[in-house]
Amino acid sequence: MPRIYLDNNATTPVLPEVFEAMRPYFDEHFGNASSIHSHGQEARAAVENARESAAAMLGCFASEIVFTSGGTEADNLALAGLTREGDHIITSTIEHHAVLHACKHLEEIGCQVTCVPLDERGMVDPDDVRRALRPNTRLISIMMANNETGVLQPVEEIGNIAAEAEVYFHTDAVQAAGKIPIDVKRIGCHALSISGHKMHAPQGVGALYVRKGTKLQPLFYGGRHERSRRAGTENVPGIVGLGKAGELAMSGFERGDHRKMEALRDRLEQGILGQVEDAGVNGGKTLRVPNTTNIYFDHIDGEAMVIALDLKGLAVSTGAACSSGATEPSHVLIAMGLTPDRARASIRFSLGKQNTKEDIDFALALVPETGARLREISPVHPRQPVNAV
Amino acid sequence: MNPKTIAVAMSGGVDSSTVAAMLRAEGHNIIGLTMQLWNQRRLAGHDGMPEPVTGRCCSIDDVYDARRVAQHLGIPYYVVNHEERFERDVVRPFVAEYLSGRTPIPCSLCNNHLKFDQLHVVARQIGADSVATGHYARVEYDRDHERWLLKRPADHTKDQTYFLFGLTQEQLSRTLFPLGGMTKPEVRELARKHGLALAEKPDSQEICFVPGGDYKRFIDAYLAEAGESLPDTAGELVTTNGEVIGEHSGIHNFTVGQRKGLGVATGSPLYVIQINGAEKQVVVGGDEHLYSRTLRAHRVNLISVDELREPMRFAVKIRHRHEPAPATIEKTGDDEILVTFDQPQRAITPGQAAVFYDGDIVVGGGWIA
Repeated sequence: MPRIYLDNNATTPVLPEVFEAMRPYFDEHFGNASSIHSHGQEARAAVENARESAAAMLGCFASEIVFTSGGTEADNLALAGLTREGDHIITSTIEHHAVLHACKHLEEIGCQVTCVPLDERGMVDPDDVRRALRPNTRLISIMMANNETGVLQPVEEIGNIAAEAEVYFHTDAVQAAGKIPIDVKRIGCHALSISGHKMHAPQGVGALYVRKGTKLQPLFYGGRHERSRRAGTENVPGIVGLGKAGELAMSGFERGDHRKMEALRDRLEQGILGQVEDAGVNGGKTLRVPNTTNIYFDHIDGEAMVIALDLKGLAVSTGAACSSGATEPSHVLIAMGLTPDRARASIRFSLGKQNTKEDIDFALALVPETGARLREISPVHPRQPVNAV
Repeated sequence: MNPKTIAVAMSGGVDSSTVAAMLRAEGHNIIGLTMQLWNQRRLAGHDGMPEPVTGRCCSIDDVYDARRVAQHLGIPYYVVNHEERFERDVVRPFVAEYLSGRTPIPCSLCNNHLKFDQLHVVARQIGADSVATGHYARVEYDRDHERWLLKRPADHTKDQTYFLFGLTQEQLSRTLFPLGGMTKPEVRELARKHGLALAEKPDSQEICFVPGGDYKRFIDAYLAEAGESLPDTAGELVTTNGEVIGEHSGIHNFTVGQRKGLGVATGSPLYVIQINGAEKQVVVGGDEHLYSRTLRAHRVNLISVDELREPMRFAVKIRHRHEPAPATIEKTGDDEILVTFDQPQRAITPGQAAVFYDGDIVVGGGWIA
């Protein structure tokens, strides 16, 4: 059975070029980047090369990149590192839990947090952010692209608001990095998080851009790694992988790969909507990253749909996995104003660089048929009598 | 044998894990499913509730165990979230029953609304022909009467048919109980033979969402979390003659047959005889008042017969640990059955089920009014 993976917003396969770039740093060049001998120097050179690649991808100086263990650490470092007790933080209801739960913790230890809502397109209204400002506001944290709908947030406008109000602006760009060009200067942010494994680098590495001159408290204490902003021996192979993935993303943008991916995504979306009744795109009325579509199939249990598709070889997702592995209705879709039923009936398809037109056609052959069968058996489908089973 | 696609409801315990292993060894296509029904952390530590405990249904540990078994067997495995439905159809009614003076059986509600309803729907949607569980019971098809039968298992000490009386013909036709012919030690032995690491895992006994078995605390914590105040169900303690002998703290703290915690001292032992929800009265009396010959059952489900056309003789079980007693049952209304026992039975309790047996065959059952 072929197995097609369309869940690249969860994680992506490491690209062969990335894997090859990393390989020597497990054994041949295994050094500790802090060591003074030649082994250490090789590792240091690799880390700094990767830092330059990451900086080039974000349009910043290499010294402004702090490598972390991933997107969650980058988000936590930005939020906790830029605020103090008594500060006010503005964020949104659709942030990743890495931001929302970090804010909840900061609230418990003496910060104030305002969560701005979403409009029905899935966007934060910059005016809501402006209205939420208080004299003690220290930080605005609004994501660049949403993980579930792919909807791009008005980060440049929010950057202007932050600049006018002279408050810090952090954006979680985990779902944007590698998918669309990013320029931290245009965004006007003080901090920006990325994650390796969402852009074809390995799991366990990420980075935080921190604008020069921005005072950042570290999350934990140890050696003076990463200019004392992140203690702990560098994950050299992971960092090398992140750098390489950044380079590949940049050359892809030059070739227009993201436009091709958008065309594939649109082929999938149009193909499904053309074949399935009572379906539609969540967040389809505004700008999105080119790889994501979130589609509701009314009267379908999204969780059963994901399982049925997986058993036939197609990996997609719904909502967010909770600790047991069961799914919960997406807080993002609920925040956009979807009914809980429609939120539960929504499926996210997210493409990666490895996906081909054949993959999309595989999905198009499978999804409408599976959806039809689920509706036939669904106890909530209006065209079927309520089944006693 | 034609291999079938079978969904196995896996709880992370020995029984359902062994079912998965058995059916896999028989060559069927198995899909492991665990229902996430209740967040065990939800009320933990609230209002005197115990901290999260391990080794119970829907705990992360049990899902972990189920997943490890599925990996060991090499079968696809998924956790499906039915927390909302469980709360609506099991937890809410459980609380409401206690607050109106009855003693509920959440396991039967869970079987009727979740395990043999929601899970069956999911199983059919993902392409499974039937659902297998680790219940100790048997399903057979009676060709003569064209009915699916629910029967007691070979091991009567593990009999779970009392909790399964609500199954419909449709549900039974898609259900497999592979452990029906086995004893618990045989199941553990088979689990060991299949290399299941949890072969020695102890059985779970309590109500899965009530850690420590303290349902009163659970009701307090649940209502507090929902922002609802506990209704005032305090009232009078009266004797069978109607004499008021004291006060009680709320009818939900009592169950028929209860002796402890009445808060009155008398010469002879007193028991709860009856709970009068409308008047918030708890009626107490001596042991002899606990016996009664009749009960009325509602929300009746019939399994081996399609209709009760005339009074019939069956054995009737009125609680999980009750030896079925001979009785005459007759239909007395649209959805009402009158059960008249040959001998008076002790502590017939509203909210529990009355299940009718013809030998090993479950005829049907209803809820005691």
